[in-house]
Amino acid sequence: MLTKLLSGDMPRSPLLALILIAILIGLAFAPFLFPGVRSIDTAARICVFIVLVASYDLMLGYGGIVSFAHTMFFGLGAYGVALASTHMGRGFDALFVGALSGALLAALLAFVIGLFSLRVRAIFFAMITLAVASAVAVLVSQLSGLTGGEDGLSYKIPRELGPAFKFADGSLFGVKMNGKLLKYYLIFGSCLALFLLMLRIVHSPFGRVLLAIRENDFRAEAIGYRVVHYRVAATCLSAFIAALAGALYAIWLRYVGPDTSLSMEIMIDILLMVVIGGMGTMYGAVIGATLFILAQNYLQNLMGSAASAVEGLPLLPDLLNPDRWLLWLGVLFILSVYFFPTGIVGRLRSGK
Amino acid sequence: MSHPILETRDLTVRFGGHVAVDHISCTFRTGELTAIVGPNGAGKTTYFNLISGQIPASEGSVILNGRDISRQSVAQRTHNGIGRAFQLTNLFPNLNVLENVRLVVQSKAGRGFNMLSMASSHDDLTIPALEILERVRLTDQADQIVSELSHGDQRKLEVALLIALDPLVYMFDEPTAGMSVDEAPVVLDLIADLKHRKDRSILLVEHKMDVIRTLADRIIVLHNGALAADGDPAEVIASDVVQEAYMGKELTNV
Repeated sequence: MLTKLLSGDMPRSPLLALILIAILIGLAFAPFLFPGVRSIDTAARICVFIVLVASYDLMLGYGGIVSFAHTMFFGLGAYGVALASTHMGRGFDALFVGALSGALLAALLAFVIGLFSLRVRAIFFAMITLAVASAVAVLVSQLSGLTGGEDGLSYKIPRELGPAFKFADGSLFGVKMNGKLLKYYLIFGSCLALFLLMLRIVHSPFGRVLLAIRENDFRAEAIGYRVVHYRVAATCLSAFIAALAGALYAIWLRYVGPDTSLSMEIMIDILLMVVIGGMGTMYGAVIGATLFILAQNYLQNLMGSAASAVEGLPLLPDLLNPDRWLLWLGVLFILSVYFFPTGIVGRLRSGK
Repeated sequence: MSHPILETRDLTVRFGGHVAVDHISCTFRTGELTAIVGPNGAGKTTYFNLISGQIPASEGSVILNGRDISRQSVAQRTHNGIGRAFQLTNLFPNLNVLENVRLVVQSKAGRGFNMLSMASSHDDLTIPALEILERVRLTDQADQIVSELSHGDQRKLEVALLIALDPLVYMFDEPTAGMSVDEAPVVLDLIADLKHRKDRSILLVEHKMDVIRTLADRIIVLHNGALAADGDPAEVIASDVVQEAYMGKELTNV
């Protein structure tokens, strides 16, 4: 049963299994284990980014395709929900229509980009995605009448997903039974389902063909696989799922803007998460996204307390000043790439 | 009973000013094993590349079963019945041995776009793949990663991929190159079995004369990209053209 759910991809390392179970429990019970607006926000963000990073890994780690347009696909889903909710009024139908149309548009765009550039050479695809993603980002900030420009869009989501909606009286372990809790579990459940779906895809016959193409595209073609078709299919699938992740993020935030869903910074974050976690291992996305987002959100606090702990010593308090958190994030990244070139999951599985 | 299956008409390719394959017209029949010989640089592998589609022809055409396949992609030609084992081993190095063969069986079954089932649950793909490993004596290595195999075993796997594909036209490019004396017979026996089936056409690039003598029904000789001789093995081997072309000397009448 478990094997089937995980598509036969067991963690194959006791420590990795332990970490994954800890993350799963942490996210599944986040509202109860870590009450507080900020921590629940972090948990939802981790859920969404696990799906986003895994969908990127489907393309990069399994298909061997480098794309810089992943935030664009993410953004299409987010803006889909935002625009639908703005124009159709609050309601589940708006969320559904917005998410689906964003995802379909993302897949269509991926199809067109892929068809034109993937048959040539992989590097053209990377360059074209970069160009298209920049063009879309500019377009979104210029079309302020439709998209709200740099200010983005705020909108209302169904009442059932808001804090004012109580589905039960009282509280459970001190957590109010309100719409916000429902919304968290909507995000968590959808992300878990999407992740398991991707785990299945990479272990399906289709996933094996992607691996074969990454390993040796020349021979894959010679044994009868149309390499371009498979690459385009992987790209569309990846874009579709990234857009769904974007839609979930938009539902969570009730706001979209270039900074939350389209910026190049997010693209770089995704790349870092894939590399830190381990390319070509779906579980790498889980660990990469969790670590990275925790560091992004809590490194500053940690450094603040570290700085006050070493107060009075020369130099150290300055180095540990919370304002320097980006520097330390960079150091952490360099160290992790140096010590775990195959990512954390690759390292744990090789058992050395 | 043997009918023409593959034909090249004036097949030519130029790289800049150099003519690597020069107007080769030749017909291959089902049930026939044709050895292709010639000195290094004679154009044997390039001729193969033109037939299987890795290189587009500058001129001429490739006809399979009466259909012109010259404009088709490599994968399309593979589906139509052209199969190839490569001279330099060309496998999926970080996948295991069984997975390499299973990918071929899966390609033939047309199941590459199946996304929602587990690959390992397709017994109808795994069992034929295991049978082929049995035939090339690689059963014990089924779970090994290909890059960790010995050279000889990699060569066997190269042949196994072609056997799994079971095309109408088998193209072997020096299948036993670099194999030890105990390993080569496994591959040569497989080729002999294929020949005795009489329902496939086999093209074999080979340097070893004893192999050619035992297996070939016919020999064609390439020299400087052109067809220099074509005929019965005993006659062709005895002819001056082969003696001199194959030894790499200049032809006397040039």
